[in-house]
Amino acid sequence: MTCVCSCSPGTAQESRGGPGAGAAEPFSDGAEPSYSTDFEVHRNWLAITHSLPVSRWYYEATSEWTLDYPPFFAWFEYTLSHIAKVFDPEMLNIQNLNYASPRTVLFQRFSVIFTDVLFIYSVYECCKCIEGKKAGKELTEKPTFILSVLLLWNFGLLIVDHIHFQYNGFLFGLMLLSVARLFQKRHLEGAFLFAILLHFKHIYLYVAPAYGIYLLRSYCFTADKPDGSVTWSSFSFLRLIALGFIVCFVSALSLGPFIAMNQLPQVISRLFPFKRGLCHAYWAPNFWALYNALDKMLCIIGLKYNLLDPKKIAKASMTSGLVQQFQHVVLPSVTPLATLICTVIAMLPSIFCLWFKPQGPRGFLRCLIVCALSSFMFGWHVHEKAILLAILPMSLLSVGKPQDAAIYLLLTTTGHYSLFPLLFTAPEFPIKVLLMLLFTVYSFSSLKTLFRKEKLLNWMETIYLVGLGPLEICCELVFPFTPWKLKYPFIPLFLTSVYCAAGITYAWFRLSVSMLPGPAVSKAKLQ
Amino acid sequence: MKEWHSMTIAVLVGLTVRWAVSLNSYSGAGKPPMFGDYEAQRHWQEITLNLPVQEWYFNSSDNNLQYWGLDYPPLTAYHSLLCAYVAEFINPDWVALHTSRGYESDHHKLFMRSTVFIADLMIYIPAVVLYCCYLKETSPRKKIANAFCILLYPGLLLIDYGHFQYNCVSLGLTLWGVLGLSYDWDILGSLAFCLALNYKQMELYHSLPFFCFLLGKCLKKDLKGKGLLLLIKLITTVVAAFALCWLPFFTQLEQTMQVLRRLFPVGRGLFEDKVANFWCSLNVLLKIKSLLSPHTQLMFSFALTFLSLLPACLKLTLQPSLRGFKYALVSCALSFFLFSFQVHEKSILLVSLPVCLILNEVPFMSIWFLLVSTFSMLPLLLKDQLALASVGTTLGFGVACASSFSIFENISEEELQLRSFSVYVRRHIPGFKVPAKMLKTWFLVSVTMMSLLTLTSITVEPPHKLPDLFPVLVCLVSCLHFLLFLIYFNVIILWDHRNGRSQKKIN
Repeated sequence: MTCVCSCSPGTAQESRGGPGAGAAEPFSDGAEPSYSTDFEVHRNWLAITHSLPVSRWYYEATSEWTLDYPPFFAWFEYTLSHIAKVFDPEMLNIQNLNYASPRTVLFQRFSVIFTDVLFIYSVYECCKCIEGKKAGKELTEKPTFILSVLLLWNFGLLIVDHIHFQYNGFLFGLMLLSVARLFQKRHLEGAFLFAILLHFKHIYLYVAPAYGIYLLRSYCFTADKPDGSVTWSSFSFLRLIALGFIVCFVSALSLGPFIAMNQLPQVISRLFPFKRGLCHAYWAPNFWALYNALDKMLCIIGLKYNLLDPKKIAKASMTSGLVQQFQHVVLPSVTPLATLICTVIAMLPSIFCLWFKPQGPRGFLRCLIVCALSSFMFGWHVHEKAILLAILPMSLLSVGKPQDAAIYLLLTTTGHYSLFPLLFTAPEFPIKVLLMLLFTVYSFSSLKTLFRKEKLLNWMETIYLVGLGPLEICCELVFPFTPWKLKYPFIPLFLTSVYCAAGITYAWFRLSVSMLPGPAVSKAKLQ
Repeated sequence: MKEWHSMTIAVLVGLTVRWAVSLNSYSGAGKPPMFGDYEAQRHWQEITLNLPVQEWYFNSSDNNLQYWGLDYPPLTAYHSLLCAYVAEFINPDWVALHTSRGYESDHHKLFMRSTVFIADLMIYIPAVVLYCCYLKETSPRKKIANAFCILLYPGLLLIDYGHFQYNCVSLGLTLWGVLGLSYDWDILGSLAFCLALNYKQMELYHSLPFFCFLLGKCLKKDLKGKGLLLLIKLITTVVAAFALCWLPFFTQLEQTMQVLRRLFPVGRGLFEDKVANFWCSLNVLLKIKSLLSPHTQLMFSFALTFLSLLPACLKLTLQPSLRGFKYALVSCALSFFLFSFQVHEKSILLVSLPVCLILNEVPFMSIWFLLVSTFSMLPLLLKDQLALASVGTTLGFGVACASSFSIFENISEEELQLRSFSVYVRRHIPGFKVPAKMLKTWFLVSVTMMSLLTLTSITVEPPHKLPDLFPVLVCLVSCLHFLLFLIYFNVIILWDHRNGRSQKKIN
């Protein structure tokens, strides 16, 4: 076990150095100021936290990339900025928009690589507490080894963090660590870690329901009836108070200063910008992408058969499909509240299962993934990167049961492919294709070896996944050379988004069904 | 996991690292007026596309030989021409006569990098994979580990994808040659090697083992019967291959002579820049370049090279074996690198390729050599701003090697292939033992020294009086290593009894 984790982090760290070192280059070229907005976003936050007093952090708006993460992340940037000073003090100047000197790039890249140490440690902890299928004597065929590679070499995390630029590594590290703690029955520690995580990046609110229900049901209630239902009398107030104290303490630490300065509404308005629109510039492959596509199709059909009045349709919605505000023409427009209701409805069944049929930490993990995926499917202004929130925890389940492995393969392959538009420059094209192939070949071959006897994917799923290849060729190799490129520049993104949305919806559906302890399953077993 | 899955993964990792390195800077980026090897390759495309074949190697108003004149054999020129056609199709500005000089842009870089990538993918990588798949007496796991390490060898990677050259083509063709000889397809093997020789004249470093091995094979088969037939077949193949490659230059004697003069620039001196070979290191103590006349230098270097080659070549001719052939490739190339005339630091790659081939036989020493060879090119790599890439790929290679071959666990006489040597010595000095444990310490000391020197070269400014301090130190350290390696490999070759008559003596 130690051998596994001491060898794979080494190689993973190395691989991070590789693409990171390579991707650092286009910045220093100077031809394009910066191609990843997130790189500039984080540089700007370094500058804000370093040169302004805390009271100005959430008001500063020189750059359009204002601070929109919770206070802990701001403090994290503040800490980093003190090291950044040594590398290049110029990057800490708020007025220096799009500043990307070679030293700045070096510092930023290395900060991501070093904070990944936490991620590596959590993977090690997770491997210890996941007992997968017993198989194979050889090291490379053990579930723990496979799991550590699947997590450490995760294609999505690699490109989002080390090429595109974000700090997801250590944040996912915190999440996996808290999951590992819950597996190890160290509930308070797990809750504490998750509370901290929430104040680093509030996107993790997606999975908060799973945490809340699980801790309440399986920690605050100390005993179950034999049939698994709640024993109301076993409720422990002490435990609830301990949990409440932890959450309040962390929140006070994070938000306290801003409440004291009477800035809470401002902070909240920065954290939840509902003005942004239903979908991101590139539609994340979720339910709303399908909804938009349906609307578009109905619109075109309507126009063709003169069912719609062309004058009534705003011109913008016809010519470019991917503006920030998408105008629905036929179907009703969607409000933030509607998305919230949809999300809650999508989560409910799994939450109910977690409450009425608790299956220990594994059930919690499954519920957590369903929550993450449901939020991704129906959330307001979801980024395509949010799919990682489901993919990474899903890796833990994938080495356990063949059904989960099948869902995992569908979800990761589709989800990872949907991240392709993040890297759009020509020199990055071979990198993303090679890395994706690398990860996909590994995940398929290792999981197929692990579950030798079972058939993982049926013919329909296989055809769907194989279809990603031609799709990529059409979108990135053929389309740019066709005359449609100028007239309909959004078609590749549109196709990618809709195609992936179909796959992810399917994976979400299969996962939600797997959560339900259906009688059909037990009957099948009896037969 | 299935074998071919693992092999696919190994190749994919190799390709990914290659492309990641290629995103870095190249030699002479943004450094007018001469730029670097990148510009040289681009310039050759320009020349071969715009001038008739007869003018390629001649100085003229359109072809200034002082500015990166073509000095590689015809096959390189044809390859340049092929690339030039593609370049012209994409953007004629890239290869326009005169006006394209020093052309640099992101798109052009992408184009140039992909030409290397494609050449590598078509020639070198398949050869490596095939070579490893058909290794005898090796478990599948070892085969894949072998391929993985060879594909990750940082020296070749950094020179081809960072510095910018097409070594993968010439080395790949040589590897195809070795593959051919391994399967007794002598004709195909020699054909591949002829092509390699016509791509880069530096492949002459490998030519003697090829020659001796094939000659030895003919002799063994009895020169009157089958051996003669084979010899005639081989001669025909070689002559035909050369004739075909040189056809446009055989029209006039002057053409052929000019090409040869361009290929072997004897006038350029014993060595240039800082090379980790014998002469350059000797120069630190003794200024031979000014002490001896150029002619004497040439004689000396010829004599020393010949002497150091002789034992390995004689042995191979008399007892041709595939194993001996591989070791002879290493030792001959290393002799050439250390003692011959006009050596470049990049020529160490010609030694590294055969060392990669014996990776599974003597993993410890091979990995050590490969690390030193990469280190010896450090001054060049730093000049090209490839510090980060070099450190990254070398660390990756180290980790890959350490995890696939447990190098420290088995350093014994047997593993170092020194069994018969120590048996021989023991006859004269009883109680002699190969200092295997000490070797481990030496290895650690050597690696520490190399990392420290790398670190200081990157971070510390050299003192004003000695601006070349670090490059010279790097050369000295590497040269010392190479001399010891030369002795080691020669010992293995000379005391190799496995296929000889003396097998009985040991038993």
